[in-house]
Amino acid sequence: MDFLRPASWEEALAAKAEHPTAVPIAGGTDVMVEINFDHRRPEYLLDLNRVGELHEWEAGEDTVRLGASVPYTAIMERLRAELPGLALAAHTVASPQIRNRGGVGGNLGTASPAGDAHPALLAAGAEVEVASAARGTRMIPIDAFYTGVKRNALQPDELIRAVHIAKADGPQQYSKVGTRNAMVIAVCAFGLALHPATRTVRTGIGSAAPTPVRATAAEEFLNAALEEGGFWDNGKIITPSAVKRFADLCAAACNPIDDVRGTAGYRRHAIGVLARRTLTWTWESYRDARRTTEGAA
Amino acid sequence: MRVNFTVNGRPQQADDVWEGESLLYVLRERLGLPGSKNACEQGECGSCTVRLDGVPVCSCLVAAGQAEGRDVVTVEGLADYARQRTQGEGEGTSLDAAQRWQAAGGTDSRTGEGGALAPIQQAFIDAGAVQCGFCTPGLLVASDELLERNPNPSDADIREALSGNLCRCTGYEKIMDAVRLAAARQSEGV
Ligand SMILES: Cc1cc2nc3c(=O)[nH]c(=O)nc-3n(C[C@H](O)[C@H](O)[C@H](O)COP(=O)(O)OP(=O)(O)OC[C@H]3O[C@@H](n4cnc5c(N)ncnc54)[C@H](O)[C@@H]3O)c2cc1C
Ligand code: FES
Ligand code: FES
Repeated sequence: MDFLRPASWEEALAAKAEHPTAVPIAGGTDVMVEINFDHRRPEYLLDLNRVGELHEWEAGEDTVRLGASVPYTAIMERLRAELPGLALAAHTVASPQIRNRGGVGGNLGTASPAGDAHPALLAAGAEVEVASAARGTRMIPIDAFYTGVKRNALQPDELIRAVHIAKADGPQQYSKVGTRNAMVIAVCAFGLALHPATRTVRTGIGSAAPTPVRATAAEEFLNAALEEGGFWDNGKIITPSAVKRFADLCAAACNPIDDVRGTAGYRRHAIGVLARRTLTWTWESYRDARRTTEGAA
Repeated sequence: MRVNFTVNGRPQQADDVWEGESLLYVLRERLGLPGSKNACEQGECGSCTVRLDGVPVCSCLVAAGQAEGRDVVTVEGLADYARQRTQGEGEGTSLDAAQRWQAAGGTDSRTGEGGALAPIQQAFIDAGAVQCGFCTPGLLVASDELLERNPNPSDADIREALSGNLCRCTGYEKIMDAVRLAAARQSEGV
């Protein structure tokens, strides 16, 4: 095994181009487990810790460009206002020690259906910025990033530079089912974001299909129902039948399996419950915010 | 490969390190510092917790090469580290002193008498928070960092800060007591 230690982003891309089989290592919280248990013996480890810009983020007008190695702890503590869904998801990851090392780049690299960043990214709306020495930078829409169980759209010579995530324009929630509050891989998880600016709702489902997925039919149904009833303007409580239909469609978007953490039936049921709850919570916050602005006007 | 890094305030060098080796392995097997424990090697138990550039991490999940040029504090250096924090500059802990830590000053491991202990270590002893002791080093490092960052933690803060450290013996109540005790002593300046 060789340990490659590029000191800059350009050097990292050059090393990946020269050794396409090199395994990048950022926080190491996935990679080292595999090496410790001899599940993986890469020829090259490509250490990204010395590439400073991967640990930085920039908040622009509409998006946050989140460096691939920004640890979950920083997302929780410093980006709560801009990325509330992702900050909530980050807080559910493992433990402080893991959150101090692991980040979204590694979560995307592993592309586990149970990764906690994914539902939040799908719900917020995001693009993954990847680059290679040969072809430069390309942006992959988050919906096209997950290509199979633990598979993603990266080419062998590419590295993830950053994720561009839409800044929240409304309330967001993230909910995860597990057996305790820390150190659990999701039995299933659900992210929901209200986007009042475009009058849309977006969702993300974790651990209930071969890849993280959006509940597109549920989103379309709810977008139409909210529009028809004038809900974005009148701020009324969403009709219970519409909430139920939304939850049912979210459950129907799942394609889960039975495993040690839960049965397919349980996962489908739980996603429906989480969908209903997160919609209720976010809609309550939306109504509160509206009342406050109207009260002030 | 060779790894150069700072351990407990002193520059150290580890040789013949395998590229896939963890920082935990280097500390225990190459530098002879067995304080950091190896229980799971998968980030689940926290018994290998050390500070990496001040940040608590599972040393079993840090590749040795990633520690190059960086600053590591282990449980063996915790007493000096805590003393430096309260009294300003210090010299760190030599490898020799760290390796002999247990015997240093003839510390009585039941009472803590006779040795130089960090306040958090004394509090763990006084509160009866140590049974088999396997989880203790990781808990000490994590608790010490909590009290450095948050001198007056709520119970919820303590639970959250220690949520990555498993103990199979104590049931955690005495560990909670120990951290509360250390916090109280710290705020009284004793
Ligand atoms: C005890 C424990 C508990 C955990 N609990 C959770 C949990 O609750 N939720 C959760 O989502 N995850 C959990 N994980 C998994 C892991 O912490 C996350 O997936 C984390 O986001 C990985 O980030 P990392 O930086 O440590 O990745 P690494 O281990 O460094 O890398 C992971 C993968 O991504 C690739 N990679 C990393 N950076 C890049 C890059 N810039 N470009 C291209 N590829 C890259 C690597 O080659 C590797 O394939 C847990 C892990 C452990 C050990
Ligand atoms: S040995 Fe590192 S967390 Fe268990
Ligand atoms: S005292 Fe035995 S594991 Fe904690």
